[in-house]
Amino acid sequence: MKVTLFATCLVDLFQSNVGKATVELLERLGCEIDFPVSQICCGQPAYNSGYTKESKEAMKKMIKTFADAEYVVTPSGSCAAMFKEYPVLFKGDAVWEKKAASLAAKTYELSQFIVDVLKVTDVGATLKGKATYHTSCHMTRLLKVKEAPAILLSHVRGLEVTPLPDAQNCCGFGGTFSVKMGDISGQMVEEKVCNIEATGADFLIGGDAGCLMNIGGRIQRKGQPVKVLHIAEVLNSI
Amino acid sequence: MAMKTSSAKFKDRVDEGIHNDFMRLAVSSAQERLHGRRLTAVDELGSWEDWRSLGEEIRQHVLSNLDFYLHQLALNVSKRGGHVFFAETAEQASGYIKDVIVKKNAKKVVKSKSMVTEEINLNATLEAVGLDVVETDLGEYILQVDDHDPPSHIVAPALHKNKEQIRDVFKEKLAYTQTEKPEELTAHVRGILRKDFLSADVGITGCNFAIAETGSIGLVTNEGNADLVTALPKTQITVMGMERLVPTFDEFEVLVSLLTRSAVGQRLTSYITALTGPRDEGDVDGPEEFHLVIVDNGRSSILGTEFQSVLQCIRCAACINVCPVYRQVGGHSYGSIYPGPIGAVLSPLLGGYDDFKELPYASTLCAACTDACPVKIPLHDLLRKHREVIVEKEKMAPFSEKMAMKAFGIGAASPMLYKFGSKMAPSAMSPFKTGDIISKGPGPLKTWTESREFPAPGKESFRDWFKNREKGGKSS
Repeated sequence: MKVTLFATCLVDLFQSNVGKATVELLERLGCEIDFPVSQICCGQPAYNSGYTKESKEAMKKMIKTFADAEYVVTPSGSCAAMFKEYPVLFKGDAVWEKKAASLAAKTYELSQFIVDVLKVTDVGATLKGKATYHTSCHMTRLLKVKEAPAILLSHVRGLEVTPLPDAQNCCGFGGTFSVKMGDISGQMVEEKVCNIEATGADFLIGGDAGCLMNIGGRIQRKGQPVKVLHIAEVLNSI
Repeated sequence: MAMKTSSAKFKDRVDEGIHNDFMRLAVSSAQERLHGRRLTAVDELGSWEDWRSLGEEIRQHVLSNLDFYLHQLALNVSKRGGHVFFAETAEQASGYIKDVIVKKNAKKVVKSKSMVTEEINLNATLEAVGLDVVETDLGEYILQVDDHDPPSHIVAPALHKNKEQIRDVFKEKLAYTQTEKPEELTAHVRGILRKDFLSADVGITGCNFAIAETGSIGLVTNEGNADLVTALPKTQITVMGMERLVPTFDEFEVLVSLLTRSAVGQRLTSYITALTGPRDEGDVDGPEEFHLVIVDNGRSSILGTEFQSVLQCIRCAACINVCPVYRQVGGHSYGSIYPGPIGAVLSPLLGGYDDFKELPYASTLCAACTDACPVKIPLHDLLRKHREVIVEKEKMAPFSEKMAMKAFGIGAASPMLYKFGSKMAPSAMSPFKTGDIISKGPGPLKTWTESREFPAPGKESFRDWFKNREKGGKSS
């Protein structure tokens, strides 16, 4: 199966390991990976800050980039949700609405793609230890992907997944919120990290690089031993 | 109290909130309690999503036909001998109420809980002409006694206070001598309020939903105070936001169920009362005179705009009870009688961007509010729309942000520029690096790095790795 990878800018710049794991994992599952280099950012930072006009330039570029793809897969619930929102943004636009709808329809978050399209629930991964999972807000609430990550993680050999208290609360990332309202964001991530500590987990797993950068940054600052992993990295552990 | 509750700067209000440990503990424990109760109460209904859709449909139908239903309501209230006054502004509303009361030579006014009376600054208007105004909802009463402390929540206005603090307020203001036990605190207030109910000349209520077909006023309380407010005084004045009505009792039933389950996780509240007009001949109680004041105060200018859905709100506060930002900063940080996600959407619309421009940014857009809303208001998206208005129409965005976003527009649309930028990022950030992390970031990263590390951009971007790999080159 041919898969076109949308790496996301955070993964491209800061967390190339997540991109590598995604490629290797999908290849192991029999996919052929294409990475069009003209891809940039999905436009969400500008869009969510109210700069809709500016964000649309990025969006058009992305629509063109992925026009020929059969499946677009991304290791981010938030960026996938942004692609899904494109048709709403271009509603009534004679040129772009249809194209936006076509991109939205073929876009999948990584775990969703593996479970729903590849119909795989056990990727054959092994990781020994105790983990807790951060359900990122855009993945669960906007993209409505709730089950897939849990199903995949439940089949990882050696991994015990323990529930995270107050899992429904946002970690405080929120893109530009984390710098614009840094104080509030700092309080939110502190509460999240305290809840993670309380589980006694060795690993904090998540499906969005933004949340993981935020939570990981706080864990590092506090000098906690918890290791932060993207779900792609976990599923690629063999 | 008008809508604006504080003249302090947003940043200072937030700072105060964050450092108020009492309040934060009170808020987080209330959120957790209400979260569990709400989930149980909505699960119990079965197919909650269908109920939400029904609630949304009812509210949208009313908003689309608001002129019709308001007309019908006014007609039916008049038929039953009530007086109806349409107030375009807050001043007109509170002015009319003041005039009615002054003409009666009234001295004492008892009130049941009502956010719209806060919005129109009613208490101050009445107190200015020497009237004795008594709040009879326990939470509101606590705040009134505590030198008019502003409400921090639309359903539980004194949520920011714990029982020990309430005991201390009572000791100081009411010569209270008992303990902080809620039963004792409540019994003490009951004793005081009983006399007020019996001696009041006028009773003022809000309105959860008016029923257009019958001209009735629906009131929902747990304390039963609204029933005394409307049964004992000779004159009843009900104040309603102009969108707070339903066509018939059928829709009333649906919305009350959504309201009580979403607000406090109850199937029904202890008292749900529908009142129709003044006392009829032969009735044993009820007011001799009834006034319905319908308040616009900016609502009609929201109709027909991209923000119209905010008028679907039934004031249940479910969005506030799940908001992770409200959880950290508390209600007073919003500087409005309407806090939390609903307040951050509503306050700038009713009160203007000058006073409330920061509120739409006090959200991670996590959409917990949207998910919790029983009438499906897309709250997180309305917050984003506010940001769009602030940037594009109000031109209130900071210059540096505008420049950065302009650069984003250009850079993001051009892979060449993006590539150049991403190549430059590691060396641009290198002066701030310690190993792989940045602990003291420049510019906007400063606030991030006050509480957490920021990763330094990797030496090899993912795209470089992928390119090298394709070429069969070295890949790590």
